[in-house]
Amino acid sequence: MAVIARAKDASTSELKKKSLVPYFLLAPGLIWLSLFFVAPIITLVGTATKTPGAGIGEFVQTYRWANYWDAITGSAGQFGRSFLYATIATLIALAIAYPLAYGIAFKSGKYKNILLVLVVAPFFCSFILRTIAWKQILGQNGPVFRLLLDLHLATPMTHLTASPSAVIIGLAYNFLPFMTLPLYGSLERIDPRVLEASGDLYANAFTTFRRVTVPLSMPGVVAGTLLTFIPAAGDYVNAEILGNPSTKMIGNVINAQFLNTQDYPLAASLSFILMIIISVLVMVYIRKAGTEELV
Amino acid sequence: MKTLTRWFSRNLIRVYMVLGFTYLFIPVAYTFAFSFNDYIKSNLVWRGFTWNNWKQPCGVLDVCPALGNSIKIGLLATFIATILGTLIAFALGRYAFKGRAVTNTLIFLPMASPELVLGASLLTIFLNLGMNLGFWTIVIAHVMFCISFVVVTVKARIASLDPRLEQAAMDLYADERETFRRVTFPLVAPGIAGAALLAFSLSFDDFIITNFNSGTTITFPLYVYTHAERGLPAQANVIGSAMFFLALLIVVAGQIVSKKVKVGK
Repeated sequence: MAVIARAKDASTSELKKKSLVPYFLLAPGLIWLSLFFVAPIITLVGTATKTPGAGIGEFVQTYRWANYWDAITGSAGQFGRSFLYATIATLIALAIAYPLAYGIAFKSGKYKNILLVLVVAPFFCSFILRTIAWKQILGQNGPVFRLLLDLHLATPMTHLTASPSAVIIGLAYNFLPFMTLPLYGSLERIDPRVLEASGDLYANAFTTFRRVTVPLSMPGVVAGTLLTFIPAAGDYVNAEILGNPSTKMIGNVINAQFLNTQDYPLAASLSFILMIIISVLVMVYIRKAGTEELV
Repeated sequence: MKTLTRWFSRNLIRVYMVLGFTYLFIPVAYTFAFSFNDYIKSNLVWRGFTWNNWKQPCGVLDVCPALGNSIKIGLLATFIATILGTLIAFALGRYAFKGRAVTNTLIFLPMASPELVLGASLLTIFLNLGMNLGFWTIVIAHVMFCISFVVVTVKARIASLDPRLEQAAMDLYADERETFRRVTFPLVAPGIAGAALLAFSLSFDDFIITNFNSGTTITFPLYVYTHAERGLPAQANVIGSAMFFLALLIVVAGQIVSKKVKVGK
């Protein structure tokens, strides 16, 4: 999204005005997206109002809109937990990523590019493998737990994994690069002379940071928090691997309803509700943060 | 106080960066270390060093076919998504047309939707159409979520081009086609390469959308996930680590090449 913000469309007057060429260029990609993104979402909405038919595993369209209400009341706890975990994970990721991005942008000189590559590098080692690695590092046989045992900071009965905090740490970890890159993008564009000017006007380092750097990096903060929050709210892998039955997020419910229980109407209405809640939150957030150019 | 704040701005950030990168790389280092574990059945406890897992990366059932599927799907999806996305990026970056806002929204929405919703809705339509889930439904899904990222990456590159370069080519009597072939395209090419690399890594590592639409086809992330319960063989760590170093190598090589090209000019 930072990239979108950066690549603001060239003013229309410079662009070629040819009637058909752009449509030929757009057609193949947009047809693909219509068939496999728009049409599926519409089908999802349709499936949500179906009810069980005569046969086993058969559903017929009865436009039962109450399905949505049943879905939201039945899983209110998991919805709430998902957004709570995603919010905390996003804040942790912001706290870790901001200094990281700041350091890469202002303090790393010629190593800037290498450090940027390193931020993205963990992505290449499978996301599931890394989550499993966390489980084993923090697990009962892992080095961290053994150390805590030796220091008498833990008993064999305590758990580091299978807990809400493990899930949140996993979420914050997994989406950290999504937070760091947009932050870096907006920090890097700050003209150092602006910061010097602030110093010349007798602001100390902290005041400069608070009154100049942070406001100028807001587009990056908005983009980064969204890119972390959205996938975190819909994730179920961290809750599955690092959590326990009482840390289930809405993603776990949807996944189980689709793939195990095969209650497609319920799963579809839950997915659609999730999408609507996220869209509304995102729109409110973008309004508040005041960077509408993002979209 | 002043020296303290100076120390703060000079060193605390560096300490923080080291901690941040340590956090990022702990699981990668763990995965790499345990790829050398002389494991029996499950790779949970360190039992001693061995090269065997690296010598026989396909030594366990199903790992390499899963890896093969991931690579095939990744290459196909990257190829299709890069072409479709680049075409859209050129339309957005070079032409004025009606329906621009709709196009931008349609590109933005898949990136703003949780993967779960994308995967679930695709599954719904595949089920309604009675399509067999498997290799091709995964490719379709991957192309769908990669297109937007390609568009955004290539569009940014097109927007950063100096329009005077193309004007100069036209002034030197190149026609539109020649200008595109000899000036515009070579300048946009690194952006397209970057977009393709991004698309491949997104496709290769995707789990959630794939899990919905895979049927009985197993990709590498699916393999890792399903075997995590029973104990993951160290071969999975070998493949994960190898992909990590390979990708790092490609990115670093790409940077060196682009630097040389710049110097050459």
